[in-house]
Amino acid sequence: MVDAIHGDFEQKIANDITIEPRDTMPDDYRKTLIRQISQHAHSEIVGMLPEGNWVTRAPSLRRKAVLLAKIQDEGGHGLYLYSAAETLGVTRDELLDQLHSGKAKYSSIFNYPSLTWADMGAIGWLVDGAAIMNQVPLCRASYGPYARAMVRICKEESFHQRQGFEIMHVLAKGTEVQKKMAQDALNRWWWPALMMFGPHDSDSTNTEQSMKWRIKRISNDDLRRKFVDVTVEQTKVLGLTVPDKDLMWNAETGHYDFGAINWAEFWNVVKGNGPCNKQRLEARKAAWQKGEWVREAAMAHAEKRKARKEALVAA
Amino acid sequence: MANETNKLEWPLWEVFIRSKAGLDHKHAGSLHAADAQMAIENARDVYTRRMEGISIWVVESKNIFASDPKEAESLYDPANDKIYRHPTFYNLPDEVKYM
Amino acid sequence: MKNKLFYILEWADNTLILGQRLSEWCGHGPVLEQDIALTNIALDHLGCARNLYTYAAEIFNGMDAVDRSECFASVAFQRNVKEGHQADEDDLAFLRDAWDFRNVLLVEQPNTDWAYTVARAFLFDAFNYYYLTAMCNSVDERLAGIASKSLKEATYHLRWSSEWVIRLGDGTEESKTRIVEAIANLWPFTGELFTATEVDTFVEGLGVDFAALKPLWEQKVAEIFDEATLEVPTGVWMQSGGKTGTHSENLGFVLAEMQFMQRAYPNMEW
Repeated sequence: MVDAIHGDFEQKIANDITIEPRDTMPDDYRKTLIRQISQHAHSEIVGMLPEGNWVTRAPSLRRKAVLLAKIQDEGGHGLYLYSAAETLGVTRDELLDQLHSGKAKYSSIFNYPSLTWADMGAIGWLVDGAAIMNQVPLCRASYGPYARAMVRICKEESFHQRQGFEIMHVLAKGTEVQKKMAQDALNRWWWPALMMFGPHDSDSTNTEQSMKWRIKRISNDDLRRKFVDVTVEQTKVLGLTVPDKDLMWNAETGHYDFGAINWAEFWNVVKGNGPCNKQRLEARKAAWQKGEWVREAAMAHAEKRKARKEALVAA
Repeated sequence: MANETNKLEWPLWEVFIRSKAGLDHKHAGSLHAADAQMAIENARDVYTRRMEGISIWVVESKNIFASDPKEAESLYDPANDKIYRHPTFYNLPDEVKYM
Repeated sequence: MKNKLFYILEWADNTLILGQRLSEWCGHGPVLEQDIALTNIALDHLGCARNLYTYAAEIFNGMDAVDRSECFASVAFQRNVKEGHQADEDDLAFLRDAWDFRNVLLVEQPNTDWAYTVARAFLFDAFNYYYLTAMCNSVDERLAGIASKSLKEATYHLRWSSEWVIRLGDGTEESKTRIVEAIANLWPFTGELFTATEVDTFVEGLGVDFAALKPLWEQKVAEIFDEATLEVPTGVWMQSGGKTGTHSENLGFVLAEMQFMQRAYPNMEW
């Protein structure tokens, strides 16, 4: 019998038994998890920046509150994910060092600029929409702490996409200029959102092994197709136009056919040539460096207090 | 891993939350904090943003002792054949509906 | 009615502007946990401001046309009044110019660094705690209700900022230098917290006796500074003017950013 107590790693994976932190696991599995979970965590905290741009400029108090709460959630999600990675024997500081040195990657989508208020709508609707589609299958990932973090994240994210769609909806049904703003945001975010699912399955180096380990459950192309099918219908509700002249319903497959993704752009943004790669990384580094004396002071105070308490007990 | 960067890192804490009266505290996740008071407050901000809790416990992660998965068989298998500890093990006459 | 409206705006503007300042930290905090904590506090302030503006807007809409036209100077607001629009929370936040804002100078001071942010929060939180405690007894039930809800939040804010003042004061040499500097530079803005304006004296029973809050505040500050090994500044010349609309240069920039959308795209739903 194979269960939580019996069976080796391969048997557990084959039988869909969750792997927990202290279980034996192959080194590559551990490394792959650390890479994937930390990338995901970095994406959450870098992802706070393009939206953070608009917190102070939100057009109404209600929108300001919602946006703040949403970005705060992203910070929380980064935290849950760093915690999951930490169960694999790496510290958060080490992971942040990798981010700051440029060694670790994060989702390329956040290297695009947020230029108008409608971008808050497009990000919530498309970027969070794509993220949720990626994340829901991860709630059943083979590694327990990761799967549990994803359950919590997916539960909290359900409002994120809705608030984005609501922003788009209000704009699309608003004045001429608001509608223009919404369409412009859709034009700029559509293709990067499709790229979020990663390279085609045929070009994805990590997919096969990750599927085998059940760290990944559905392939890039399958998820992307699902996203297009769902999102195109939502675009119709908004009365906006998907910026893809090749987009067409295919009755045979029961899916939309869509145009070719500009992979040269994708790989360039990954490599650091996106419009905002530099700013994003600089902002993260600046926050971390400016916070160093604060973290130090809190630790120093905690140690002083502990020493005083111990001295009191001794006396 | 006691290098320079880690000397500054705030310790890791495990967070347990009672979601409502009458329930046990349940593990919610972990976080970093400089001291216990801060850990409670951070837990409040991180893990109870949506009314998930009415009481919080925190314990520094390094103070948790965990059982070794390698010993799992010897620890837990012996309970497998003690089915007489379960109420379904016993036969009752049909006339006794609830017991 | 105008005095009541302005009194509420003194309170509401304090929370909006401080909330706005704190929200600038979102995504840039020194550690993830504190980023999240600060955003919670910003959201509390923002929520309080919204409740107050909603009430203030109702009072404003109930005033006669002449009174309404005399409340706020900005052209956008005047036009709305003339065209008979009902004001709402957003009009009060986004259509008034700096001279119609009644927040104290303290809350509009820039974040600068963690020490300034903590010091500004603490000096205000200590005031806000006693202010709200007193406001719970307001003869105006609506205001008393908002105060009692906000008091729970403010109690937590005060604990958070007190602990950070102590940490920085009794932390490292650098943190001490920084918090001492922050307190010294923010101290001149604390006098105004306890000065009653003409508006404040007109709303007896509805508002609070600001002078009476001062000893309570001083005691709290002394207690926390003592634990933080910090000195309470003495003999400092106090700045004032915020409560009557004469602000520091900072507020104009805060508003320029905050009000941009409503100014560039007026009269639209968002």
